[in-house]
Amino acid sequence: MASSDQILQYCLSGLSTGAIYALIGIGFAIIYNSTGIINFAQGEFVMLGGMLTVFFLSVAVLPLPAAVTAAVLVATLVGVIFERLAIRPLKDAQPITLIIITIGGSILIRGIVMLVWGKDTHALPAFSGNEPLFVGGATILPQHLWIFVITVLIIAANRLYFHHSISGKAMRACSYNARASRLVGIDVKRMVLFSFAISAAMGSMAGIIIAPLTMTSYDVGVMLGLKGFCAAIIGGMSSGIGTVFGGLIVGVLESLGAGLVSSGYKDAIAFFILLIILFLRPQGLFRKGETERV
Amino acid sequence: MLRVKNINTYYGKVHALKNVSLHLNRGEIVALIGANGAGKTTVLNSISALTPPASGEVLFENEPLGVMGADKVVRLGISQVPEGRQIFKPLSVEDNLELGAYLRYRGREGKDAIRKDLEGIYELFPRLLERKRQIAGTLSGGEQQMLAIGRALMARPKLMLLDEPSMGLAPLVVQEIFRVIETLRAEQGTTILLVEQNAKAALKIADRGYVLETGKIILEEKATELLNNREVQRAYLGKDKKEIWER
Repeated sequence: MASSDQILQYCLSGLSTGAIYALIGIGFAIIYNSTGIINFAQGEFVMLGGMLTVFFLSVAVLPLPAAVTAAVLVATLVGVIFERLAIRPLKDAQPITLIIITIGGSILIRGIVMLVWGKDTHALPAFSGNEPLFVGGATILPQHLWIFVITVLIIAANRLYFHHSISGKAMRACSYNARASRLVGIDVKRMVLFSFAISAAMGSMAGIIIAPLTMTSYDVGVMLGLKGFCAAIIGGMSSGIGTVFGGLIVGVLESLGAGLVSSGYKDAIAFFILLIILFLRPQGLFRKGETERV
Repeated sequence: MLRVKNINTYYGKVHALKNVSLHLNRGEIVALIGANGAGKTTVLNSISALTPPASGEVLFENEPLGVMGADKVVRLGISQVPEGRQIFKPLSVEDNLELGAYLRYRGREGKDAIRKDLEGIYELFPRLLERKRQIAGTLSGGEQQMLAIGRALMARPKLMLLDEPSMGLAPLVVQEIFRVIETLRAEQGTTILLVEQNAKAALKIADRGYVLETGKIILEEKATELLNNREVQRAYLGKDKKEIWER
């Protein structure tokens, strides 16, 4: 029988991975809302974040903050190039065609990274040591705090951008009514490009802050991407609070399941939740009518 | 100010506009009337480059619009108030109005000037001021139409394209909307191309009118003459039906 301390421990570590899923899920939602497609290359931005940071730290020997910044910038650039080369030339294509292209893009990115940096697993040092902190009867690492703080900051910045800046409002306007957006002079193509840039930046940041805990390699993007997708589905493809809760729910249930049942079922639990949601509430848990879609 | 020369526009394989030509002088209100499916909306969309014409020319202040994207057309000073209002329903009333000035924000125009125009819109439509924080989708039909017009005005257009502003509205609200259209021309000198099914109301405030039938302009006259034209009366004004029938 698990003690309450153990449960607390599982919940805390579940919340931190859940925060990562939330960030990835919001990336899915932003692109979905601006283009109507699911970008299955989203996980590769996450992988790129971690791998590029490792590269900038070890090969280019940059200090950590500079390496993180450089990694996010390069991953964002990859997102922009991806939109230019793979999505924009096919602007009138069916969503299903574009979705298949994103899957192709994801395989391509993964393949290139594997060729360049090999199949090895790489470790990223924790941002500020490995001295555990005690919370009640549970312990957490400083890296967990980094994850919480950075996630909250990114979500707050996101909210500020989408609700209080004219360019963020314009992006929301495009997702609600692209035709009317063109009539007020919003360049919808440019907004699609922005959405890829923002999603890539957020995804890479998620990949960077989780890497010290889980290690990183060329193929971590697949599973993280799919978990983020679960979060977005639970959140009804909202880029707001719904997807954040979606991510936290997946993270905590997964962690509890792994701890209390068997760690072998960890990934199965996330997809089991995904299937149940898709069967019972395909519009997401929190979605009522047309509320928060960005 | 605006010259549309011999345009042909297609929706896929459908030839929606056949050699349509029309023009607007500065400060005019021109009505474009016609039955459902005659191509009225397509004329507006051809001008605003939502569905650019396949051939022919649209000149605005002697500049050809054909090759530009819809956003460039707005920048030149043409704003369209689309059919069915097409406001951003989940956004607040004020957000909708601010987005109308999107290009002005991007053009680094001072926020004060935009702010002032926003107050001008609220003066024109006090009801929008009362509801500025409200989600636009919860407004009544008339209020949504006011919001759509207000949003277009926030771009400071020289030419406004109004698509069926009276559609689905109560007669009193229609009167109010048409009064505002007249005010706009009188106070700001805005040129207006008005597409309407409600031909009578449109011709009453218009200087000139065009009649569009299955993609072709079949008549162009002064508005007062169109109001008295028997053919127009029969087809679009619902008047003298019996008399003309028995003739």
